[in-house]
Amino acid sequence: MHPLLEKQLAAGPVVTDGAWGTQLQERGLGSGEFPDQWNLTHPDKVGEVAAAYVQAGSQVILANTFGANRPRLAAHHLEAKAVEINRAGVQISKQAAGGKALVFASIGPSGKMLLAGEVTADELTAAFSEQAQALAAAGADALVVETMADLEEAKLAVVAAKLTGLPVVACMVFDSGKNKDRTMTGVTPEQAVAGLSAVGADVIGANCGQGIEGFVPICQRMRAVTTQPLWMKSNAGLPEMENGRVVYRTTPEAFAAVIPQLVAAGANFVGGCCGTSPAYIRAVVKTLGRG
Amino acid sequence: MTDLKQLHEAVVTGDAKTARAITEQALKDGVDPLKLVTDYMAPAMGEVGRRFECNEYFVPELLLSARAMKAAMELIRPLLTAQGAEPVGRVAIGTVKGDLHDIGKNLVAAMLEGGGFEIIDLGVNVTPEQFIATVKEKRANIVAMSALLTTTMPSMKTTIDALKTAGVREQVKVLIGGAPITQKYADEIGADGYSDNAAEAVTIARKALGK
Repeated sequence: MHPLLEKQLAAGPVVTDGAWGTQLQERGLGSGEFPDQWNLTHPDKVGEVAAAYVQAGSQVILANTFGANRPRLAAHHLEAKAVEINRAGVQISKQAAGGKALVFASIGPSGKMLLAGEVTADELTAAFSEQAQALAAAGADALVVETMADLEEAKLAVVAAKLTGLPVVACMVFDSGKNKDRTMTGVTPEQAVAGLSAVGADVIGANCGQGIEGFVPICQRMRAVTTQPLWMKSNAGLPEMENGRVVYRTTPEAFAAVIPQLVAAGANFVGGCCGTSPAYIRAVVKTLGRG
Repeated sequence: MTDLKQLHEAVVTGDAKTARAITEQALKDGVDPLKLVTDYMAPAMGEVGRRFECNEYFVPELLLSARAMKAAMELIRPLLTAQGAEPVGRVAIGTVKGDLHDIGKNLVAAMLEGGGFEIIDLGVNVTPEQFIATVKEKRANIVAMSALLTTTMPSMKTTIDALKTAGVREQVKVLIGGAPITQKYADEIGADGYSDNAAEAVTIARKALGK
């Protein structure tokens, strides 16, 4: 195991952070606005989100760089600023962490489908390499390839991320099939473990796509086929509209109440995805008897 | 004589090359193009949908089957048009204003195209005005909207309201889909059809048109 991870995991499960997009929206990010661009235009607001998670007890926080890969940036005519946006994202998180939390920088999917020929493997490799190198140069402690639906794309991102020499977390989104135990392209938890560890991912896991209850069986199935650390970040349930506003029904307490089951199932890094906030992280910290 | 069961098989397994070759041969042999669609390809897409429901097929398989169907339809469509046969429906499809995600939208467009619909793909970040113009100018009778973000799904309601204001709501059926969308939301905003997966798109669209 990478020494950084070994040291972190020595004291038991590590608490990560919660959602960023919804937190930025509460601070004024508009509908259709590109969250990553705020690293340049509203660094203070992005820093507030990072600091709120550190304050809540996150031992690992991400950086606001989920969408900062070339194909996605191009849709917003921001591809020329790829390096700048990634660098600023890491710097903001590092400053907010102030040495109290590690910064694992986020690498999200391209939004284009390899198998439909919308993008080539070479283009993806170039895009993920550019992003990973920028994140590493800015001082990220590790990289997180997350919310991946296509195993091929995830593997290309992991390979690019590994070339930085940093530890790499790789997680996929299980939201399809009758039992919500497949990714959109049909990948099972077992296939994800096999595919991602084969290309060198240091930590494997699941994020987004469904509420925390569904993460317990996915975590169990991953644990049954690997001894590697597992990373689990679920949503606060699925979004519902209420009077034109989006609400997530799972409360911080209900969310945190499932954490012990997730840890028993073999999770090593626990946190939240869409709909979660610093309040959820505080509840998780409390449940684990930290702080 | 060509074994037309192979056409069914080619669509189910997503073999575009074979689907096209068999169609070409069958048309040469004088088989009625409409019969190829109704007796072989449409049931094949039904089988694809069934396999999707059973977790045997996922998005990659859907895409391949839709492409096989499309390859055959490229040969058949001109003949149907020449016979005066209209497409099953004309679909103005797009990802709503403020949203740039197009994987789901492209998949639904491919399924509908394979299912015999004419597709007018408006792309991403589509304004209500663009949908309205397409309904008016291109005689679209279905408006299909996609949204991936909870922050952009309200654009669906805005678009439906704009269709009403423009006086064209009654001419079209509105179908919606996307990760955060639910049947409840579809009911709330008065959409005519919703599905949580692309495999059902053809069934839902036909049903909305009463076909």
